[in-house]
Amino acid sequence: MSTEPVVPAPSSGWETVIGLEVHCELRTQTKLFCGCRNSFGEEPNTNVCPVCLGLPGSLPVLNRAAVEYAIRIGAALHSTVQASMFHRKNYFYPDMPKDYQISQYDVPINAGGWLTLPGGRRIGIVRAHLEEDTGKTTHVGGGGRIHEATRSLVDYNRAGVPLVEIVSAPDMRSADEARAYVDELRAILVATGASDGKMEEGSLRVDANVSVRPAGSEEFGTRCEIKNMNSLRSLGRAVDYEVSRQIQLIESGGVVSQETRHWDEGAGRTASMRSKEEAYDYRYFPEPDLVPVDPPEEWVASIKASLPPMPSERRERIAEMSGLPAGSEAVVTVVRLGLDDLVEAVGAQGADTKSVGGASPAVAAIAVKRAANEVASDLAGAANLERSSFAKLVRMESSGQLTSAQARTVLKSMLEAGGDPEVIAEGLGFEAMESGGLEAIVDDVIAAHPEEWARYSEGEDKLAGFFIGHVKQATQGKADLKSASALLRSRR
Amino acid sequence: MTAAFGVVSISASVRSGEVRALDVLDAHLEVVASHEAGVHAFNEVTAEQARVAASMIDGIVAGGGDPGPLAGVPIALKDNLCTAGTPTTCSSKILQGWHPPYDATVVQRLAAAGAVFVGKTNLDEFAMGSSTENSAFGPTRNPHDQTRVPGGSSGGSAAAVAAGFAAGALGSDTGGSIRQPAALCGVVGAKPTYGLVSRYGLIAFASSLDQVGPFAMSVADAAALLDVISGPDPMDSTCLGEATARSASRLGSGVEGLRIGLITEMQGAEGMADDVKARLALAADALSGAGAKVDQVSVPAVTFGLSAYYLIAPAEASSNLARYDGVRYGLRAPGSADITDMYLRSRSAGFGDEVKRRIMLGTYALSAGYYDAYYGQAQKVRTLIVKDFAAAYENFDVLLSPTAPSTAFEIGAKSADPLTMYLNDVFTIPSNLAGHPAVSVPFGVGDDGMPIGVQVLAPALAEPLMFQVAEVLESLAPPAPLSASRRSLRALGAPADRGAAL
Repeated sequence: MSTEPVVPAPSSGWETVIGLEVHCELRTQTKLFCGCRNSFGEEPNTNVCPVCLGLPGSLPVLNRAAVEYAIRIGAALHSTVQASMFHRKNYFYPDMPKDYQISQYDVPINAGGWLTLPGGRRIGIVRAHLEEDTGKTTHVGGGGRIHEATRSLVDYNRAGVPLVEIVSAPDMRSADEARAYVDELRAILVATGASDGKMEEGSLRVDANVSVRPAGSEEFGTRCEIKNMNSLRSLGRAVDYEVSRQIQLIESGGVVSQETRHWDEGAGRTASMRSKEEAYDYRYFPEPDLVPVDPPEEWVASIKASLPPMPSERRERIAEMSGLPAGSEAVVTVVRLGLDDLVEAVGAQGADTKSVGGASPAVAAIAVKRAANEVASDLAGAANLERSSFAKLVRMESSGQLTSAQARTVLKSMLEAGGDPEVIAEGLGFEAMESGGLEAIVDDVIAAHPEEWARYSEGEDKLAGFFIGHVKQATQGKADLKSASALLRSRR
Repeated sequence: MTAAFGVVSISASVRSGEVRALDVLDAHLEVVASHEAGVHAFNEVTAEQARVAASMIDGIVAGGGDPGPLAGVPIALKDNLCTAGTPTTCSSKILQGWHPPYDATVVQRLAAAGAVFVGKTNLDEFAMGSSTENSAFGPTRNPHDQTRVPGGSSGGSAAAVAAGFAAGALGSDTGGSIRQPAALCGVVGAKPTYGLVSRYGLIAFASSLDQVGPFAMSVADAAALLDVISGPDPMDSTCLGEATARSASRLGSGVEGLRIGLITEMQGAEGMADDVKARLALAADALSGAGAKVDQVSVPAVTFGLSAYYLIAPAEASSNLARYDGVRYGLRAPGSADITDMYLRSRSAGFGDEVKRRIMLGTYALSAGYYDAYYGQAQKVRTLIVKDFAAAYENFDVLLSPTAPSTAFEIGAKSADPLTMYLNDVFTIPSNLAGHPAVSVPFGVGDDGMPIGVQVLAPALAEPLMFQVAEVLESLAPPAPLSASRRSLRALGAPADRGAAL
């Protein structure tokens, strides 16, 4: 794109520091403080009542379901779920009906915590608190910004929708890491059932605090808060732009000033919205219309117990089953797409020795690869894929009954039209090697060379070729060598 | 003497079919017609709706049904209580043209009990004031002497009852806004325990202090009204979750053996008039004579009440009143250049001086760097007051004080000096800060012939005990004349026997 400004590569010698504030709309039936429906994309100003319009005399009443979702999020992020209270954050804006936002301030419902990125890095969570959303303003005329507009239209359907704001520690060091964090957080939020994770619909909104400092420095640089990024891609672009801007500024003798900056997706740059001096004094004080929130311990415990496994735990599980690294692309893909139940199905069909969940690591690894490649690239077909048929196919491949190329072909056919892998393989004329034939041959080769096997078992990896050679010989070149290698490893 | 036009007696006669609700209403509306122009108790008289409501009550009675415990009782509502379809103004220009789409919970409850609403009463703008002079629609005048104020901020409600425009009224009390005008108008006015009565539909001034409460001509009538409006409300999170003992449950029990404390700090206070002091002493003696054990008690922290109040109340008000910005309803100044200009011009034009003063005070008290010194400190005082009251209640069942430092003052006498005006609430504020109930009972008149009130303070949720003592005080009070307009209420007759006195 021609509008893309030239972003010079950041000079070495600088370290990027990123903290993120993620606003997550909760999927409750009703709003945070009233009985209006919480629903996206309806006719403007149809889901409103005296409470969410902030009409004189109206009072907020806290939605229990929102508190439950907040607790689920806190539990999933390893936060301390605690007794909390609401404050008023006072500032004037037309889409905020009361001209204050009911939010949590110094005593949030969730304090501390962390999440683990697929690569294993742990990112700290400072807090995850409850607050109400504002309405939505559309500025008509001018450049779509409030001060240039000729008039503004406000839709209060979103006013009072429950949000959890998740504030990370300044633990991220690159745009990629920031994106990985949001991706992981989104997966967690979806897993808790609290969010639909749709960034493009605004149900997940990200603000980034970005600063740079000389590599090795302990002190933080002055940060800027970047707003208005509505996809992971724009988050990455905005952070990269901002980092370059700050480094260039400092290297040319300037000073970064603390301010809020607006990301302009079209122009590909950030622009100052308001400086520290212009920053609002929110005049926080305890919300007198609400009582403190003190969820009973048993309730919190039952909520925690009802949580499904989180993505990082699921990656660990698949890694444990398959011997593949938890951060490997295949494992990450399988978990992200929720295909780990296919891998589990393979385990459930077998009782391999030395296995986690019933499938030997070699078998599970094959399942992961097939899921992460063929299944992942045809998610529509995956919906029709019988777990047991998939498991059967993986077993056929791992036993050498099908070569990996044959297995991929059969799987694609299954994804397209369903069916039994054995029948499909036969129909395709794939020569069926006697069930378990390859395993028997491999075992024969091992038994015939006890001395070499002992050395291989103790770690002399180069002897694998020796065994594979013998297997090749014994099958007159018909064996799937990958399967043979896998079998060999599984017996070590 | 006033029993025929009391809340309890009207409802009894209407329910039994002895009198018609419509006749009761018309009798009061006749007094409104002849005296409202001078008193100006109302922002709006809702005669037409009241007649429809009264006819419905009569229909229910005629059909053998029971219209409820307030059947046919004419009630005036402070104009900061939301009434569906009827303008609710808070006596402010900023709410110009706004018709609430809903009824306040207390309004719903009164209506369900068979009450008939005569009108919406004048108040100090957004309930900020002690004289009802801070109204965008002009001051209310004291029915006992129209050159004097009725007190405030619920001056219109107090005046409506004193003038015979209604049998009872609702007001709101943030720092004394029910009790002080009750004292100045010679009627009973009670502020309940914080959380006893729902605030849903009461337009907020200071949310942690505001409570809705009744005005009536007698203690029993006030308790009867309170019993109808109190109780849990799912629409107000600060409302108590469980029903409590009826406020009227201990009426008629006397004061024999009760321990009553005279608050030392509230006897020698600055600006307290001699006749008020004398009436308080007389009240203490009377209770003592009735068998109570009356003693002095010190509640030291109450002396900080006024200062703490004038930080907390404006702070909350500055936030509560932010929504009047011209965007969604009410006044919007025309021809604004941009949104900020629209805010400034609408709010400048819509709010009166006292409201602006308190918004500025409160905004300052909450500002970064000042919060701890002002708002934070005031909250500590609040805790201290609760503690000192608790200590006093270890040795006393209820406490006694004057309601207001003086009788009703001349209109205009204090309006130039806000600080003198603020001193009017010095005896009433501590109950709001503590969240405790208190009631003002008329106790004779001052040297100027104007009513004087004595305040009975009680611990949280001790309304039954409070009304028990207040009723004895009422029975021992020196005589005080009714206002001329209330004296003009014509006698009611049974439908079949018009003209016979009730």
